[in-house]
Amino acid sequence: MVLVLGGLWIGQNVNLLPVDASANASVYDELFRVLFSIGAILFLGILGVLVFSLIQFRRRSGQLGDGLAIEGNLPLEIFWTAVPAFVVLFVGLYSFDIYDRMGGMAPLSHSAHDHHSMVAGEEVWGGIGSSSSQSGSETGLLPVPIEVTAMQFAFLFHYPKEDIMAGELHVPAGRPVSLKMEAKDVIHAFWVPEFRIKQDVIPGQPTVLNFTPTKPGRYPIVCAELCGPYHGGMRSTVVVEDPEDFDTWLTNNTKAPVSEA
Amino acid sequence: MTIAIPPSDNQHAERLQPTGWLRYFSFSVDHKVIGLQYLVCGFIFYLIGGLLAGAIRIELTSPISDFMPRDVYNQVLTLHGTIMIFLWIVPVVNGAFGNYLIPFYVGARDMAFPRLNAVAFWMIPPAGLMLISSYFITGAAQSGWTAYPPLSITTPAAGQIIWILSVLFLGGSSIFGGINFIATILKMRRPGLKLMQLPMYCWAMLGTSILVVLSTPVLAGTLILLSFDIVAHTGFFNPSMGGNAVVYQHLFWFYSHPAVYIMVLPAFGLVSEILPVHCRKPLFGYVTMVYSIMAIVVLGLVVWAHHMFTSGTPPWMRLFFTIATSFIAVPTGIKFFNWLATLWGGRITLNSAVLFSCGFILNFVFGGITGVALAQVPFDIHVHDTYFVVAHFHYIVYGGSVFVIFASIYHWYPKFTGRMLNEDLGRLHFLLTFVGFNLCFAPQHWLGLYGMPRRVAEYDPQFAFVNQLSSVGALLMAISTLPFLFNVVQSAFKGRIAGDNPWNALTPEWLTSSPPPVENWTGEAPLVTEPYGYGVPADQLDLAATSGRDLWTNGQ
Repeated sequence: MVLVLGGLWIGQNVNLLPVDASANASVYDELFRVLFSIGAILFLGILGVLVFSLIQFRRRSGQLGDGLAIEGNLPLEIFWTAVPAFVVLFVGLYSFDIYDRMGGMAPLSHSAHDHHSMVAGEEVWGGIGSSSSQSGSETGLLPVPIEVTAMQFAFLFHYPKEDIMAGELHVPAGRPVSLKMEAKDVIHAFWVPEFRIKQDVIPGQPTVLNFTPTKPGRYPIVCAELCGPYHGGMRSTVVVEDPEDFDTWLTNNTKAPVSEA
Repeated sequence: MTIAIPPSDNQHAERLQPTGWLRYFSFSVDHKVIGLQYLVCGFIFYLIGGLLAGAIRIELTSPISDFMPRDVYNQVLTLHGTIMIFLWIVPVVNGAFGNYLIPFYVGARDMAFPRLNAVAFWMIPPAGLMLISSYFITGAAQSGWTAYPPLSITTPAAGQIIWILSVLFLGGSSIFGGINFIATILKMRRPGLKLMQLPMYCWAMLGTSILVVLSTPVLAGTLILLSFDIVAHTGFFNPSMGGNAVVYQHLFWFYSHPAVYIMVLPAFGLVSEILPVHCRKPLFGYVTMVYSIMAIVVLGLVVWAHHMFTSGTPPWMRLFFTIATSFIAVPTGIKFFNWLATLWGGRITLNSAVLFSCGFILNFVFGGITGVALAQVPFDIHVHDTYFVVAHFHYIVYGGSVFVIFASIYHWYPKFTGRMLNEDLGRLHFLLTFVGFNLCFAPQHWLGLYGMPRRVAEYDPQFAFVNQLSSVGALLMAISTLPFLFNVVQSAFKGRIAGDNPWNALTPEWLTSSPPPVENWTGEAPLVTEPYGYGVPADQLDLAATSGRDLWTNGQ
């Protein structure tokens, strides 16, 4: 009982994650706390039993006999089969509830259909948050479309409406963002730890990734799939700004009609 | 306990094999010689792989790439992964202990196919040398041990092709070994020995060998297709030629996830042999242990796509693989609870073999918990391909399998050589390894959660301190091999004479001389129907044989 309460307390007070800066990050952290509590209870329990056994049942000097001949205990074995089975089933279903709330369970074709900047007939592979219903229709805002190109060893961001090319990703806080991602050469992965999202960018598979940033700030974008010698240096920044600042940034960077290609 | 040792007869067949130290360098068909060949050869590769790990940890003590060129770093991490998996853990937990112990356990004089066995071993040194020499000749492969295309297609071809060839050799060796184990366990049993009377390691090796035979050919086929893509410019996995890179990932993980069980199931079996002997208790729950192994085999074949949750897999697939992966925790959990129950109420001798086994239990439980967490798609999306995953699988394969390898060496060394290892050095080895290992890998969970991807030579400076901590742990692990090496070499010449059965064990390998004769027993093989018949039933505590203190501690 102490163990369970202790585990829950640890789970509630664990602080092992960076700041949560997107709509699904807080949902994610909820899952993390649950997993951490269950894990802590289990680990501390087994640690306790193991250490207790090693101390209590160690061979003391002068003891020559064997231990007790216990070959099994059916009720006990059924108990420790059923409990983990129940726990993993609970964890699995719970994590799918979480996943659903992040928008991961929407069918892939749905996201292709919803996405207005998509070329008809093109195959789209979605990751987490790939359904526009999660981000788009709830807030009533259209997602900001941005095209992402991953190549050795950089991410390029293209704002199709304003025709802006940028090396940093600027997004408005509180508005859904829809990234259409493509890789030029090898597999890369787009990861923003503060958003708790990651999506492989695979050549030949245009991928859509939707998310809603919540907290203004500058967060790292990290390539998380080995992509060559400079893989470790393939980093960028996502700048989450207040919507007004974002609009200013857009206007400031919109190219004059006559500019270099 | 029923052990029948028939009277021995002394008709020695004429020896066709070399004897003395020379046989360890020969094409010997003696399963014990082959087992030790696997063990020593694997350990040499472990030292090389460890040096590479050290190079990685040195590079990561500073956030910038300063110790070695970036492409060399990628070669080093590729070689480290490949050597540790294919040349150290898989050959040692399967080949070394499997070859040494399985014929004893089934009551046979040798493996079913002794020559195939020798061929399987002798494929390993050339393959390993080829892999390592590729670094000096052409530059080794740089696409990680997973060799995902298109990266593996675009990096220098020579190194990648040599990598593919050596992995094909090692996979072939593994398949030969697997066939041999299945045939030996099922067909070479001594008359009268039933399957459910076999020591647990036989069941573990049977399950492992089934996995090897079912999944390794898939890896071989995949790598051949990949080599076509590289050499002949076919387009199986090359998106620019109309291929599909994700198909490679499916095929690769169809082998490489079971490969994890190929590395840990034999370790489970070895622990099941070691603990009852030193706890003086029967193995708890023999039958459920057997069913758990078989459940892990079946489930292990249908979980591979959990390595690909960020690769754009369809939702139903994510759901299925999450549930399947989580459920592996159930049979695995049964095994761990059974081991804890084996410890409970025992007379545990706290020697190096037991300490390493208990270290294994702790590390593996921890790795298992992070594993169940990683199976959950939303959790995995964040930490996939980060140091969290690096920490998780080192807890499984190092904290799990390698700890068991050391436990097994301490347990069976007296049988291998006829001499005991020094226990004080052994405990020092355990202490250094356990502290070093946890210091090295536990902080990496935090790194992954906070945003450090794996396989990077340079990283955000905020992670510098934790990386340095991890490198200190790696240094401790490196130091920990010194007392071990000294112990093993010194004890081989000066160790206390062990006698036939220093642990008073009941399994058949102890019922012969140490080291055993060429055909294992001078007479007929003993029939051991209760390999774990230790302990006294609670109601039959023999008052005459137990000291007063014994009764005291039992509360009677």
